[in-house]
Amino acid sequence: MLQRLAVFTGKKIIRLFLLLATVSIITFALVAMSPIDPVQSYIGADVMRVGTEQRAEIAAYWGLDKPFAERFIKWAGAMLQGDMGTSMIYRESVTKIIAERFIHSALLMAFAWSLSGVIGFAAGVVAALKRGSWIDRAITSYCYTLASTPAFWVGLLLMMVFAVWLGWLPIGLGVPAGMLAGTVTAADYIKHMILPGVTLSVVGIAPIALHTRQKLIEVMDSDYILFARARGESGASLFFRHALRNIALPAITLQFASFGELFGGAVLAEQVFSYPGLGQATVEAGLRGDVPLLMGLVLCSTLFVFTGNALADFFYQMVDPRLRLQKEAQR
Amino acid sequence: MNRTSTLYHDRRHRRWNERSRTFISAILALILLASIGIGSWLLGSSGLSVQLENRNLAPSFLHLFGTDWLGRDMLSRTVKGLWLSIRVGLLGAACSVIIAAAMGLMAATLGQTADRIISWLIDVFLSVPHLVMLILIAFVCGGGLKGIAIGIMLTHWPSLARIIRAEALQLMSTDYVLVARKLGSSRFTIAMRHLAPHLLPQLLVGLLVLFPHAVLHEAAITFLGLGMSPHQPAIGIILSESMRYLSTGMWWLAVFPGLGLLLTVRAFDKLGNHLRQLVDPRHTHL
Repeated sequence: MLQRLAVFTGKKIIRLFLLLATVSIITFALVAMSPIDPVQSYIGADVMRVGTEQRAEIAAYWGLDKPFAERFIKWAGAMLQGDMGTSMIYRESVTKIIAERFIHSALLMAFAWSLSGVIGFAAGVVAALKRGSWIDRAITSYCYTLASTPAFWVGLLLMMVFAVWLGWLPIGLGVPAGMLAGTVTAADYIKHMILPGVTLSVVGIAPIALHTRQKLIEVMDSDYILFARARGESGASLFFRHALRNIALPAITLQFASFGELFGGAVLAEQVFSYPGLGQATVEAGLRGDVPLLMGLVLCSTLFVFTGNALADFFYQMVDPRLRLQKEAQR
Repeated sequence: MNRTSTLYHDRRHRRWNERSRTFISAILALILLASIGIGSWLLGSSGLSVQLENRNLAPSFLHLFGTDWLGRDMLSRTVKGLWLSIRVGLLGAACSVIIAAAMGLMAATLGQTADRIISWLIDVFLSVPHLVMLILIAFVCGGGLKGIAIGIMLTHWPSLARIIRAEALQLMSTDYVLVARKLGSSRFTIAMRHLAPHLLPQLLVGLLVLFPHAVLHEAAITFLGLGMSPHQPAIGIILSESMRYLSTGMWWLAVFPGLGLLLTVRAFDKLGNHLRQLVDPRHTHL
């Protein structure tokens, strides 16, 4: 078991390294090919005051006059040492900004992720057990509708109802405006997280619920459930004894594999509620042309999605007894 | 619970079969599409002009969706925005289907090395969140319609390419393709004459499944402000502008355009799902 775990981790690390290398080459090439002149975007409004010689000097200072491969090697070398450069809009090191904002985003995403997981799973189970009834139809059509709802619109509606009309929850930001950092309480953080978190989870419910429903219907049609029924089992004990374990694992796997959607949703939810997380930083970096920050965020989000997929694989390959035993039998 | 009862559990199954339901959803989607297209053509640009005397009107018979803070009619803006989103989405989805088809066919016909490279590429593109990639590409292209279209094109192909590749690989081991290869047909001929016609239904369904996603992503990226210029009436722009006026209680600015978008996406999503079940009942999940 331990040896297989080591092999699994080793393989994943090699894959991760290759993936990050490919993604960084592609991003670097994309940015290098872009028609936006980095010197120009650095100068910004001071176009009139900067002459051609000064431009050449700025370009030389940043190494922009060197060929593409040389620039990339230099950048990748710094990257390997953990130096992702300095953000142009925040005037701080990219690593620091990402680390700071990751905490906010991670809390938000963890909240939304677990909420959508639990609600989605429960909804899927209810729909499958009551298949064909009005409650099944309601859940299914609700899920299909949600799957085609823009996340940011849900955010707007929630904000309108709960923040503007009812005034229960704050409209935006991560902490109350105009308060010293020391006086902010944990309750303030949680209050500001509820609306973006709910927005994020509302959209995430649909896939997990539909998937769970499908799986449970398959399980309930199987021979062993028929046999269990013939033995006289029914209701909750039948479900907990025979069905739950079969559908829990695919649901967990799916939930881990949805990290990409989660991150994309977080970008939108954070933008709607001005929540100071990674997603908002991505939008800012894209809007204002902060290349170092943008590249750092692309790599960071890739790492995030990869972690999710690796965990999903882990659950699928290592925990599922059927697959595990099958593999051991092959050996 | 026996087999018959599970098969005919759903009452709708008995009344309408999959074909007629697909047909109905196709008609509904087409009606919606036509009314948006014709509506945007009929409404002209009069509704988009600034009329300061009609500012901030709540929905009424004259202005069904109300007016905004410049007196522009929200119905006109919504319909025009939807039409723009649909066109961009269709363009993006069509291009990604072409990329997916090319990638899938290349992976199947050009040998193992090409297959490995393409599979790796698919993995790479799937492992960056779509929205982050869209932001990056929109930034690289310097914003505008071009950036969004290219972004949607480049982000949506991998999932379809994976399906096409698997199907094409299966077809490669069928007898008639083996015979064609023994007769010396070139790889291009095999891909075009023997594989592509078989994959056409898959590609059409893929287009319909990708299209709603493309529309949603287009709206999202314009909402974030990385897309078109603020003068163009795109749904994303309308919604991001409405954010500033929500606290004044002007709910109609956000509700109706969003509902329009939801309805459009839902109609085509439903059609795509039905068609997919008809064409390929085995793979119900993309």
